[in-house]
Amino acid sequence: MNQNPIVSLRNIQVAFDGEPILKGIDLDICDKEFVTLLGPSGCGKTTTLRIIGGFVTPDSGDLFFDGKKINNLPPYKRNVNTVFQRYALFPHMNVADNVAFGLKIQKESPTKIRTQVRDMLELVGLKGFEHRRVTNLSGGQQQRVAIARALVNHPRVLLLDEPLGALDLKLRKDMQLELKKIQRETGITFVYVTHDQEEALTMSDRVVVMNDGVIQQIGTPQDIYNEPVNAFVADFIGESNIVDGIMYEDYDVEFAGAEFVCVDKGFQREEQVKVVIRPEDIEVVPVDDGKISGVVENVIFKGVHYEMQVNACGQTWIIHSTRQKPVGSVIGMNIAPDNIHIMHRAQDASAEPLGEEEVRL
Amino acid sequence: MKARSAAFPYLIWMGLFIIIPLGLIAFYAFTDKNAAFTLENILSVGNYGGVLFKSIYLAAISTVICLIIGYPLAYALSRLPEHMQNFCLMLVMLPMWINFLLRTYAWMTILEDNGLINSLLVSLGLPKINLIDTQGAVVLGMVYNYLPFMITPLYSVLTKVGPSLTEAAQDLGASPLHVFLRVIFPLSMPGVTSGVTMVFVPAVSTFIISKMLGGSDNLLIGDIIDMKFLGNSYNPYLGSAISLMLMVVVLICMGLMNQFDDGDKEGMLV
Ligand SMILES: Nc1ncnc2c1ncn2[C@@H]1O[C@H](COP(=O)(O)OP(=O)(O)OP(=O)(O)O)[C@@H](O)[C@H]1O
Ligand SMILES: [Mg+2]
Repeated sequence: MNQNPIVSLRNIQVAFDGEPILKGIDLDICDKEFVTLLGPSGCGKTTTLRIIGGFVTPDSGDLFFDGKKINNLPPYKRNVNTVFQRYALFPHMNVADNVAFGLKIQKESPTKIRTQVRDMLELVGLKGFEHRRVTNLSGGQQQRVAIARALVNHPRVLLLDEPLGALDLKLRKDMQLELKKIQRETGITFVYVTHDQEEALTMSDRVVVMNDGVIQQIGTPQDIYNEPVNAFVADFIGESNIVDGIMYEDYDVEFAGAEFVCVDKGFQREEQVKVVIRPEDIEVVPVDDGKISGVVENVIFKGVHYEMQVNACGQTWIIHSTRQKPVGSVIGMNIAPDNIHIMHRAQDASAEPLGEEEVRL
Repeated sequence: MKARSAAFPYLIWMGLFIIIPLGLIAFYAFTDKNAAFTLENILSVGNYGGVLFKSIYLAAISTVICLIIGYPLAYALSRLPEHMQNFCLMLVMLPMWINFLLRTYAWMTILEDNGLINSLLVSLGLPKINLIDTQGAVVLGMVYNYLPFMITPLYSVLTKVGPSLTEAAQDLGASPLHVFLRVIFPLSMPGVTSGVTMVFVPAVSTFIISKMLGGSDNLLIGDIIDMKFLGNSYNPYLGSAISLMLMVVVLICMGLMNQFDDGDKEGMLV
């Protein structure tokens, strides 16, 4: 990945039927980068992709491709291909003709088309499906045809709109690895949409968290996970305990009736803050050793770990631990300084409904 | 069991109004006044070969013109904002709410030697032109009457070719022309076939329109059949034989049409 932006969105605004959908999107996507747009349903991910693809013209703002403004360039002249959320396969063509569509438009030679189509189908695990009708394929198979159909053209930028949504878990994991490998090997810039936060974190160079037409945070998966800028991001990226606290001075915060050492600074004295703690970052210790104590209310086995709901200081906390404590038992809780994430409360303005509640599942 | 009992009234209806009349026509076609078997009726259909050919020819021309006019109209209709579509579709169907005899009379008064067009020409100091009693007038009448039958099936197929496929094609580099040739048109083939069928079949057996607009020189096979049953040259046996032959011709045409349609599905894509 290098630092030259290949696609730049500048203050893009879009409204449908007078309803603002994108409210000033600013985003630079670098060449050869894997960028993921992550956000809840209806937040404008597809619309953002459609801007880049050329299917939606922004009401205001500019779109640059390789430094050239392309607001009004029609989609067929853009060196961008899309894996559509609803596949949009051509029902009157078989699998091979669907995949070959772009190459035929480019007037590639029949032999080249045939080998490329075959290789691509093999790559997505549909070897031997050439002559099947797309209408007879399962959802997951159709989705893979859609991936092959876009990828075979080797565009500069590939837009993928929840391309693995219809696949079962195992196949999805395989395809995630496959797509990531393809992206690395071909150097195609991927703009990837998902509302699966785990998928976003494992695949991306950078993640763009969106909510309600506004970008909440842009950063590496580590940044997003460890340093969420507001309660919305913290809550959307994995489960979080979000509680009110007071920052007495640098590195000193109080919440849940106890004082903690933390690694954050630069807050005003006695500032009201939000504190984010990941469920797996809470250490379960004997009651006397814990800064906070609580009663276990519920335990769920989650495979790798147990998820415990613990009532402490009138709030329900979520704790992930490899060892379970029986329901009704009293436990102590400790949190290491670098696992305490402090956020200004003002930053929660855009995510107020979520910030209100102390702890979210 | 249930399905069969639900279909029962329909089966009776089919028997009463389709199978029995067809049987009667076949029976008449092969018998004479004394109900004795004869091939004479069938053999004398040959005398009307010229008329039959002309009927097919004019029906084919009308069908092609309907397709050429109807396709762009249906396409435009299917791309209108949704609330406009029903209204405009109604406009297309509107003429059909008027009795077709009246509509054809209206065309007579427009095309006549002293009709609307010629009066207009005269008042502009231009020479009259002969419009009525020509093959052109017959074709005009057919196109005018049967165009809605072309537009409706095309429209209903084209509305189903959603914007998502158009976008997918554009995304893969197809210019608007390519989008049409490679995606929209092939997908609308079922509409083309049924539109062509729905225009060609009534057009080839047209009567009255041809008599009114085409005059006595341009009688079509439908007019001949009409005359054999209701006119001066009453001969239901020959009339039935001609009807039967016409049916065979239509069936052959439709068979060819379907052949063409099937072959197309793969062929369009290369
Ligand atoms: N053509 C359109 N006309 C009117 N409203 C639209 C249109 N396209 C999108 N919207 C609205 O814009 C909002 C954002 O839609 P978008 O498809 O971008 O969401 P998304 O983030 O992709 O959601 P999902 O995860 O469900 O796919 C939604 O409220 C949607 O109803
Ligand atoms: Mg979407």
